[in-house]
Amino acid sequence: MADTGVLETLLQRVEKVDDGVDSLDVATSLGVDHQVIVGAVKSLQALGDVISAELRSSKHWELTEEGTEIAEQGSHESRVFSCIPLEGLAQSELMKLPFGKIGFSKAMSNKWIRVDKAHEGGPRIFRTVESIEDQVREKLFLVQKGNSTQLEEKEKNELKKRKLLSEVTVKSYWITKGNSFSTTITKQETELTPEMIASGNWKEKKFKPYNFEAMGVAPDCGHLHPLMKVRTQFRQIFLEMGFTEMPTNNFIESSFWNFDSLFQPQQHPARDQHDTFFLSDPAHAHQFPQDYLERVKKVHSEGGYGSQGYKYDWKIEEAQKNILRTHTTAVSARMLYKLAQQKFTPVKYFSIDRVFRNETLDATHLAEFHQIEGVVADYGLTLGDLMGVLHQFFTKLGLKKWVEVGNSGVFRPEMLLPMGLPEGVSVIAWGLSLERPTMIKYGINNIRELVGHKVNLQMVYDSPICRNPPTHF
Amino acid sequence: PSCHLTRKKNDLEAVRLTYTDEEFDELCFEFGLELDEITSEKEIISREQGDTKASGASDVILYKIDVPANRYDLLCLEGLVRGLQVFKNKLEAPQYKRVSPLSGEPQKLIITKETEAVRPHAVAAVLRNITFTQERYDSFIELQEKLHQNICRKRSLVAIGTHDLDTISGPFTYTAKPPGDISFKPLNQTKEYTATQLMSLYKTDSHLRHYLHIIEDKPVYPVIYDSNGVVLSMPPIINGDHSKISLKTKNVFIECTATDQTKAKTVLDMMVTMFSEYCAQPFTVEEAEVVYPDGKTCIYPELAYRKEKLSSKFINQKVGINESTEKIAQLLTRMCLLSQATGVGDEIEVEIPPTRSDVIHACDIMEDAAIAYGFNNITRTTPRTYTVANQFPLNKLTELLRQDLAAAGFTEALNFALCSQEDIADKLGKKISEMRAVHISNPKTAEFQVARTTLLPGLLKTIAANRKMPLPLKLFEISDVVLKDETKDVGARNSRRFCAVYYNKSPGFEVIHGLLDRTMQLLEVKPARGEGYHIQTADDSTYFPGRCADIFVRGKNVGRLGVLHPDVINRFELTMPCSALEMDIEPFL
Repeated sequence: MADTGVLETLLQRVEKVDDGVDSLDVATSLGVDHQVIVGAVKSLQALGDVISAELRSSKHWELTEEGTEIAEQGSHESRVFSCIPLEGLAQSELMKLPFGKIGFSKAMSNKWIRVDKAHEGGPRIFRTVESIEDQVREKLFLVQKGNSTQLEEKEKNELKKRKLLSEVTVKSYWITKGNSFSTTITKQETELTPEMIASGNWKEKKFKPYNFEAMGVAPDCGHLHPLMKVRTQFRQIFLEMGFTEMPTNNFIESSFWNFDSLFQPQQHPARDQHDTFFLSDPAHAHQFPQDYLERVKKVHSEGGYGSQGYKYDWKIEEAQKNILRTHTTAVSARMLYKLAQQKFTPVKYFSIDRVFRNETLDATHLAEFHQIEGVVADYGLTLGDLMGVLHQFFTKLGLKKWVEVGNSGVFRPEMLLPMGLPEGVSVIAWGLSLERPTMIKYGINNIRELVGHKVNLQMVYDSPICRNPPTHF
Repeated sequence: PSCHLTRKKNDLEAVRLTYTDEEFDELCFEFGLELDEITSEKEIISREQGDTKASGASDVILYKIDVPANRYDLLCLEGLVRGLQVFKNKLEAPQYKRVSPLSGEPQKLIITKETEAVRPHAVAAVLRNITFTQERYDSFIELQEKLHQNICRKRSLVAIGTHDLDTISGPFTYTAKPPGDISFKPLNQTKEYTATQLMSLYKTDSHLRHYLHIIEDKPVYPVIYDSNGVVLSMPPIINGDHSKISLKTKNVFIECTATDQTKAKTVLDMMVTMFSEYCAQPFTVEEAEVVYPDGKTCIYPELAYRKEKLSSKFINQKVGINESTEKIAQLLTRMCLLSQATGVGDEIEVEIPPTRSDVIHACDIMEDAAIAYGFNNITRTTPRTYTVANQFPLNKLTELLRQDLAAAGFTEALNFALCSQEDIADKLGKKISEMRAVHISNPKTAEFQVARTTLLPGLLKTIAANRKMPLPLKLFEISDVVLKDETKDVGARNSRRFCAVYYNKSPGFEVIHGLLDRTMQLLEVKPARGEGYHIQTADDSTYFPGRCADIFVRGKNVGRLGVLHPDVINRFELTMPCSALEMDIEPFL
C-alpha cells in the first residue's frame, strides 16, 4: 500500500479537475518519482471503483548523461573558448583537458579560435572573437525544463546525433473519478480475524474482494485407485441384487478345478503352455474329492448324464497340474461342488478378483486382470432368466451394449451333475473384465497407465468418483 | 475362442444367398455367428503393409465371420453356405452317404503294430470323381489347415493327408520306421531325403518347424506306403511329392493319422462331408477299409447319424418359451438337426448328422432351438431366486480399511501379483531360496517368474515410475500375496497384506509408525504389550540396521516396519530415504 499521504493528494488533484489528470504531470508537479504515483494509482484501483485509470503512452525528449553535463557546465567548445587567455594557450596544453579534443574542433568550425602553427615553442591557440553565445547549452536548457517543443525537429535530431538528447517512451495513467470516488481512503482488510469476530469491528471494515477466478488449494489427502473404485461399485451392484461374495483368495488352482471340473477337455487350447501359467513349484495339487474326481473322469472319457462325453483318455496327471487360475469360474466350481454336498438351496454368487493368462501383451491385454463373475443356481432357470438378470445387472451399471463387454451362458449338465447337484437345477452365469469398463469410464487407452507400477499417480489423484448409473458411459 | 472365415461376397451370391451387408450381418447374428468385419484383400494389405503394396490387390469384398470354436462344419465356405441355406429354408440338409466302390474292392489301409510307439490310429476314405476348380481347391486346402490348427491341435492329435489316388496303388501300409530308414521326395522338393535329413531341413521352415517336436524324439517315425513302396506321407510332418493333388485330380485318397481315435474320425467326417458336394454323386463318399495290427477291420468314414429323443417341454422350460412340439421340430430342422414329432406325447426325435460333432448332449440341441427361435425373441424374465447377500469377511475388512487409509493421506496403488525373482529377493537383500514363493514354469519374460510374496517391491516400483511427482509420496496397497503352504490341496495359499510406504527427503519413520497407530486404532487394538499391540526391534536385511521393528499384536508377529536399507533404495532406482510398513491383515478377521 502506497503512502496514504500521496493517495490523498492524488485524490484531491483528481477532485479539482473536471476531466482528469496525467500521472506524469502529477509526479512533476509534486516533485516525486513517477513510480510513486503509479503505485498510488494501483493501490486506489485495488480499493474498488474509486478512480478509473487509463494507461497511455507518450514520447518525450530527455537529456543524456553527457547532455546533462553540458547543461550544467556548458558545451565542450564554450569551455575551450573560456579557458584560452588573451595571450593564447599552447595546443598541447589544451589537448590535456578532458573536453579539449571535441571542444577544439567544434570551436574551430564555429571560428571562435585560431591556431598559430608557426608560433615559437609549438602551435598556439588564440581567441578570434570577443565573446560567444553557447547555443547548444541554451537548447539543452529548454529540453531540461520540458520545453522541447520550442526546438525545431532538425535541431533536436542534431543533438540526438551528438548523443546529448534521446527520445523516450513514457507510460502514464490518465486518471479520472470512478463511480465511488471519494477523497478519503478506507483501508481494506484481507481476511476476517478472530479479533474482529470478538470485537465486532468487522461491521465497520471493508474487505478486499476475493479473486474467484483463481483455483483453490488442493486438499492434503490420499486417493483410492480408480480400478478399485469401479470394483467397489460392481460389488455394490451385486450386493444390491442379493448376490453373496465368493472367497476368491486362491490364485493358485489345480487344472482339475480350473478346467476338468468345468468339462473342459484336457486337449483344449486354453490348457496350452501359451495360454496358461503352469507352476514348477508347487507343481502339483495332491488332494481331490476322490468320488467326484472319478465322476469327472468318466464324463470326460465315456460320457454319462445324457452326454456322449469327449471319448478320450482322461489323465489324472493333467488334472493335478497346478496353474495360476485362468478364471474365477474355478472358484464357482468349488462353491457349486460344496453346495451339492448339502441339501440344495438356491444361491446367487459373485466375485471380482484377479485371473492370469500367459498371453501376448498389448495396449489392452495384461498377463493378469480382474474378472467379474455372477452365478445363479436354482431349479428351472431359463435362458430368459439369464437374459433378464443380465439386463438388470447392466442397467444398474448403465451399460446398454452389454453384449459386447461380457460372456454369459448356462453351465453344462456334464459339469453340474457329476458334482451331485439335483437334476432340475440350472446354473446361469456371466462374466466380464473389470479393466475394460474402467478404461471406458476414465478414458484410458493403455491398460498400463491404469494397472501396475507404471501408473500415473496424477491420474489417480485426479480421477472422479464412480457412480452408477454413471454419467460418462 | 473363435475362428475367422474370410469369404468373398460373390461366392455367397453364386449360391443364391443375396444380401446387403446389413442383411448379412443380421443373418449371421440370427444364426449365432458374428460378422466381425467387412473388408477386402486390398484393405487388409494396405492396413498391414501400407498403401503402396496394396495397389494391385483385389478389392472384392470379404466377410470375416467369427465362428464358435467347436463348429468345424462352419470353417469353410461350403459348410457355411450349406448351413445358412438350410437355416433360411432354401435347401434341405443333405444326407451324407458312405458307398462301396462301383467296381472292385474298397481301398485298404493296413496298420502295423510299430505305429503304437508313436501314432497308433489311422482312418481313410476316398472322394471319387471329384471336380476341382481353383476356388474349390483353395477351399479344400484351407479347410485342412484350419482343422489342423483347431481340432487337430496343431497336428499333434490328428494329421490329414490328401493324395491323388490315380498316382498310387493300394493296399496302403501305415507303419513306423527309424528315421534313417525312411527316404522319399517330400512335397514340393526336387530330390529324396531321409527322414533324419528332413527334420533338419524343416528346422528353419517357418510353417513346418512347429510340428517337428511331435515326433522328433521318437525312435520311429510314422510313414504310409503304397503297394509299390511309394511314400504317401510322413505324418504329421509332410506328404510325399509323388501323390500330391492338383486341380486335375479326380479321385482323392484321404488318410488321417492320430493319437486320438475319436478326433481322427471326426476330422475325416468333416473333410468328406464338406467336399463330397463336388463328387459326381454329390454327398456320397467311397469307403475305405482299415486293417488293425490284430487283424480286425473297420470301414470308414463312419458318417454316423445319431438319434436323440427329447421332449418339447424340456426345450420350452430350458429356453423359457412356450412353443408347440411341431414348431420346435421345425426350428431344429433349420439348424441341420432333422427333427420330427414322434406322436408319443410331446416327444421329438432329433437326428444329429456327422457334421455336428459338437452336439453331445440334449443341452446342445436346446441351444440350437434357442438360436433358431431367436435370442432376441425370448422374453426376459427375472429369476425368482430369493437370497440374502453376504460379503466375504476378508473383502469387507479390506474395503473398510482402504477408505480410512486414503482418508489418512495415503494413496492407493495397484500392482501385479506376478513379478521377477529379483523383485522379491535380490532387490530386497534376500535370497530367493528363503522365500516361500510359488514359481512359474513357463514365463514368457522375467516379469512373470514368481507370484509376489510381499507387496513392498510393487510400491517401490510405483514410486520409481512417479519420481517427478511432488514429495512426499505416500502410497498403500491392500492385496494378496501368495505363499507355499503344504496344508492346502494345491500346496499354496493367498495371504492378504497391507503395505504402505513414505518417500521423502527424510525417512519419516514417525509417519509410518503413526499410520500403524492409526490402523490399530481402526482395528480396535490398543497400544499395549500382551493383549494390545507393540513394536520391538528386529533385524531384516531389507531395512537399515537399527531402524526396523516387528509388529506384535496380542503376542503374535503380524508384520514389520522400518526405514529401508540404502542398498534397497538404490536397487529400486530411488534416491530419497523411505520408510515402509507391511503386515498381514487376516489376524484381524
